Amino acid sequence: MTTDTLENTEHHEEHHAQPSGIKRWLYTTNHKDIGTLYLWFSFIMLLVGGGLAMIIRAELFQPGLQIVEPDFFNQLTTTHGLIMVFGAIMPAFTGFANWMIPMMIGAPDMALPRMNNWSFWILPFAFSILIGSFFMESGAPNFGWTFYAPLSTTYSNGSTAFFVFAVHIMGISSIMGAINVIVTIMNMRAPGMTYMKMPLFVWTFFITAYLLIAVMPVLAGVVTMVLTDTYFGTSFFNAAGGGDPVMFQHIFWFFGHPEVYIMILPAFGIVSTIIPAFARKKLFGYSSMVYATASIALLSFIVWAHHMFTTGMPLFGELFFMYCTMLIAVPTGVKVFNWVATMWRGSMSFEIPMLFSIAFVILFTIGGFSGLMLALTPVDFQYHDTYFVVAHFHYVLVTGSLFSIFAGTYYWLPKWTGHMYNQTLAQWHFWCSIISVNLLFFPMHFLGLAGMPRRIPDYALQFADFNKWVSIGGFAFGLSQLLFLAVVIKCIRSGEKAADKPWDGAEGLEWTVASPAPYHTFSTPPAIKDE
Amino acid sequence: MTTKEYESYYVPSQSHWPIIGAIALFLIAIGAGNYVSNLNSEESGYGGYVLLAGIALVLYMIYGWFSDVITESLAGKYSHQMDNSFKQGMSWFIFSEVMFFAAFFGALLYLRVFSVPWLGGEGNNAETAAVLWPDFTAAWPLLKTPDGTETTAMGWYGLPLLNTVLLLTSSITAHFAHSALIKNNRSQLKVWLGITILLGLAFMYFQVLEYAHGYSEEMRLYLTSGVYGNSFYLLTGFHGMHVTLGCIMLIVMFFRVLKGHFTAENHFAFKAASWYWHFVDVVWVMLFVFVYII
Repeated sequence: MTTDTLENTEHHEEHHAQPSGIKRWLYTTNHKDIGTLYLWFSFIMLLVGGGLAMIIRAELFQPGLQIVEPDFFNQLTTTHGLIMVFGAIMPAFTGFANWMIPMMIGAPDMALPRMNNWSFWILPFAFSILIGSFFMESGAPNFGWTFYAPLSTTYSNGSTAFFVFAVHIMGISSIMGAINVIVTIMNMRAPGMTYMKMPLFVWTFFITAYLLIAVMPVLAGVVTMVLTDTYFGTSFFNAAGGGDPVMFQHIFWFFGHPEVYIMILPAFGIVSTIIPAFARKKLFGYSSMVYATASIALLSFIVWAHHMFTTGMPLFGELFFMYCTMLIAVPTGVKVFNWVATMWRGSMSFEIPMLFSIAFVILFTIGGFSGLMLALTPVDFQYHDTYFVVAHFHYVLVTGSLFSIFAGTYYWLPKWTGHMYNQTLAQWHFWCSIISVNLLFFPMHFLGLAGMPRRIPDYALQFADFNKWVSIGGFAFGLSQLLFLAVVIKCIRSGEKAADKPWDGAEGLEWTVASPAPYHTFSTPPAIKDE
Repeated sequence: MTTKEYESYYVPSQSHWPIIGAIALFLIAIGAGNYVSNLNSEESGYGGYVLLAGIALVLYMIYGWFSDVITESLAGKYSHQMDNSFKQGMSWFIFSEVMFFAAFFGALLYLRVFSVPWLGGEGNNAETAAVLWPDFTAAWPLLKTPDGTETTAMGWYGLPLLNTVLLLTSSITAHFAHSALIKNNRSQLKVWLGITILLGLAFMYFQVLEYAHGYSEEMRLYLTSGVYGNSFYLLTGFHGMHVTLGCIMLIVMFFRVLKGHFTAENHFAFKAASWYWHFVDVVWVMLFVFVYII
């Protein structure tokens, strides 16, 4: 896609001057400001959630109880999960969506700018409730991020109501954010940008937004049932009243499995943007990528019970969910092969975004394969609730989603700030991260296969060696992220002036505007030429 | 779509309503959290007041925000494309509401098809049932739970049937009102919209009567009466809350019609309220079938 550059830089009279001070951020309706807010919020949450993880790893450095009480340990694992899922990964992607989608489709802003601001500002309040519950008498939620009944109902502590309402307002935020993404993409594309001409990045966020509006309300429903079971005497998840605790898991995972893809589909979009840019070839199989993304999204609605193989489902259920789950490997395979085919015989160069993207392809595939292993019902009986599962979802969420967020940040940071970042420091960030993250998560596979259960503060002596290495990897990975912070801050404040298009192989409308991107872009839509 | 349409897309300037809305939701969340936490204890916390303050603030926010939107709309700042954004936004919002109800209907289905029969020994649970709940017989409506709580079932005739007729009729009158608006027949519009609101209010009144009947000594159908009472009150209760919201929307539309707002071509807010009303109607039909009749 190419465009006429000059006419986009004209300033439009109806636009307001860029406001300053705190009001700029509190009252903003600008998609770039809101994107920036989302990204900073997500990074702060990453550090908070990472800090909790480091306490967990400190406790698990050696067997026995050293630092924290078991109940507090449970609070740590719970809030670590909730913060990373809802506070770090999801808002980061919404930040990318806000910054990039209007620029990529040639729109003046998001379709509903005020609602966009509301979606963001709910989040800091929701997370202050969640984190604030650590300081309550009862402590923070302690039932795991999956809040299985009856842990979250009969046996929960005094902060459950706060947890429920915090999740409710997070859900409202996500739904409004998703509606905004959908409406923007459906309604605001520049003339000539048909659906199949949209960058794949836009496609993946489009499909993700549908997943969000379909399943966030289901999460709201299930937390409501947890609330009424805990405080209003209902028995949805209590056999004595005719309910079933397993029903909780069904409803939760009906939300939870699409939620997993909510956190990975945008990553596919980011990587599919970066790999062609640095392989200097068009993305291989664009339309198959679109169809694969859509298939993954559709399949995500009929695989939820693979999280529940050991709950005693009827055999038919086990088989159905096993085969459907394995079916997902097909569209996912299409994607991985397309990325490899894009790189094949490309004139590759290895700038930081590309390094993170290649790491993504390899390490996400490892996470995908361990997922395939977990999808096999009979072997899942062995792996269930062990560190193998922990290794699996950290490979897809950390070396998958988080690495794609790093890749995307390094790719668009020159556009956002107008400066190039310090390449040496960024290289240090990449190499420290890639080594430490594998030291952190790879041995977890072995721990899990050997039978170490997840969510415990203490373990048998036989697991001590691997746990020591895992903890060292964990601290190294956590500290490496401070390098990332340093790169970003340095890049905002100073650095070599970035060209409008700093990557010679990059494509897309966002590179046709100045760096840093003007406060308002595409007040009049660009013309999309056919190639 | 032509370029001209795009040029006029209105991007509002800064607004303080969203942050007020975020603070309001914060107050609601901590207020409700505290209030609910203290439900089963002696102490009464700050929760109730904070919750009310939050609700008041959210109402103020909606009033102010929508006033801004209406002013902008009357000033002719909105294009056809903007109208599409609103329409699509509202449709997807209603879709998300459908999914919220789907969670509860899904729970009802699971309870009826799996949970209760399994407790009664179906599947491979014969021995479990015999050991744990020997006196329990699976049935729906579940009038006696495994732990022995007894209740009675709400029939579908009488009030529920009357309410079905009221709500279905109101959906038709809402449609008539919309047609009258398109034909620019303002007096018919007022009449049909007024009737729709009255029917909605009547529905709410009878729903309250039905709850009072359920909670009477005669029926003893409580929220705590096992999964039958749970699903009955949560499904009808959330539906009732949506009817209330829909009614408020229609009343606001009524006053805007009196003020002379809306034209035959340009009446998104009216359309949104009427879509919402049809949506609560469809949910009621599902409720009537799956909660009351079957």
